[in-house]
Amino acid sequence: MNYVSQILPSLISGTGTTLSIFFWTLIISVPLGILVGLGMITNFKPLTWLIDVYVWLMRGTPLLLQLIFVFYGLPIIGIVFQRYDAALFAFILNYTAYFAEIFRGGLQAIPVGQYESARVLRLTNWQTLRKIVIPQVVKIVLPSIGNEVINLIKDSSLVYVIGLGDLLRAGNVAMARDVTLVPMVLVAVIYLLLTAVCTVVLKRLEKHYSAWR
Amino acid sequence: MLELKNITKRFAGKLILDGVNLTVNDGQILTIVGPSGAGKTTLLRCISGLEETDSGDFFLDGQPFNPVTNRNNDTVMGVVFQDFQLFPNLTVLQNVTLAPTMVLKQSKAEAEATAQRLLKQLNLDGKADLYPYELSGGQKQRVAIVRALAMRPKLLCYDEPTSALDPDLRKEVEEIILKLKAEGMTQIVVTHDMPFAESIADQMLRVEAKS
Repeated sequence: MNYVSQILPSLISGTGTTLSIFFWTLIISVPLGILVGLGMITNFKPLTWLIDVYVWLMRGTPLLLQLIFVFYGLPIIGIVFQRYDAALFAFILNYTAYFAEIFRGGLQAIPVGQYESARVLRLTNWQTLRKIVIPQVVKIVLPSIGNEVINLIKDSSLVYVIGLGDLLRAGNVAMARDVTLVPMVLVAVIYLLLTAVCTVVLKRLEKHYSAWR
Repeated sequence: MLELKNITKRFAGKLILDGVNLTVNDGQILTIVGPSGAGKTTLLRCISGLEETDSGDFFLDGQPFNPVTNRNNDTVMGVVFQDFQLFPNLTVLQNVTLAPTMVLKQSKAEAEATAQRLLKQLNLDGKADLYPYELSGGQKQRVAIVRALAMRPKLLCYDEPTSALDPDLRKEVEEIILKLKAEGMTQIVVTHDMPFAESIADQMLRVEAKS
């Protein structure tokens, strides 16, 4: 117990980094995902082609590789990121691609009649999107988004590769120093707590959206 | 009064509407009848601005207008779709008040008062806070009618109003349409149901399938 309280501060500080990556990636890549998803269903071919290539790159290569590329590769062509910014940049690019695919599916599930119905009521495209399309899409995609959210918490551990001190790294350091598995058990417990909180929040959200069908 | 002159519409080169002329006088009911695939719904979609026509002119009270671009003036056309297309994420009241508040800039109180009055008129009192999935087909249709009426259209169009309903509800739709006529609403009804068309029509337009 003494040992646990000794290493806990460093683990908690690592959790801070993990949560900050998690939080900002989610806040930025969900709206971006909606925008890119909308871009995918337009009839403007150059745009859909560009997005297709982007999504293919992001989903077709490991996130770990993308992190390495952003932090160690981009400086070669003169683009230098701080460690944290590099991590956030790579995560946002990567997760936006996944969210975009999910939102595209959701958007395509909305019947054309809903748009036409809004049109004859003279709602603008933006009003239609905001009041009618997006709420329905959110309900459809919520389970898939939930999956990605849980993945994101765990994926954030990949930032160790560019030397950021996240939760897993804090545990790793303590384990190597003290030659014991206890830090890793604690790390697992903290990850489980984080994903449990997410699961509860997602369940609540799904329940909220179950008021209508 | 709505007039259509020489309306022509092609889909991928196939002629669907070939020089359609029609006139609907204020307060009257025009039914558009004909076999499936004859272009009844296409004609209705042209009138309500959901399809561009290839040629021809529209006149409202003698003034030319374009249903597709006529988006910033008064509401000309209300449409009741075959499958109603209520917004499932909004309650009955929200379905009805959404456009009046967002487009006509009515206050929430004003829009809700109008909505409640119209709902009551179409026997929907007590349904305001339900979601569309909680309604029967006939109720959904009446909500769709109320939603269209709340925008104070000059004309109300129906696409196959009897086809998604039980046969015994036909009489009910008929009564609603005639009741609205008595209040002065001009209506256009697309249907393949001849007896229904005959019992409500002041005027009938037959659309034939082109070979």
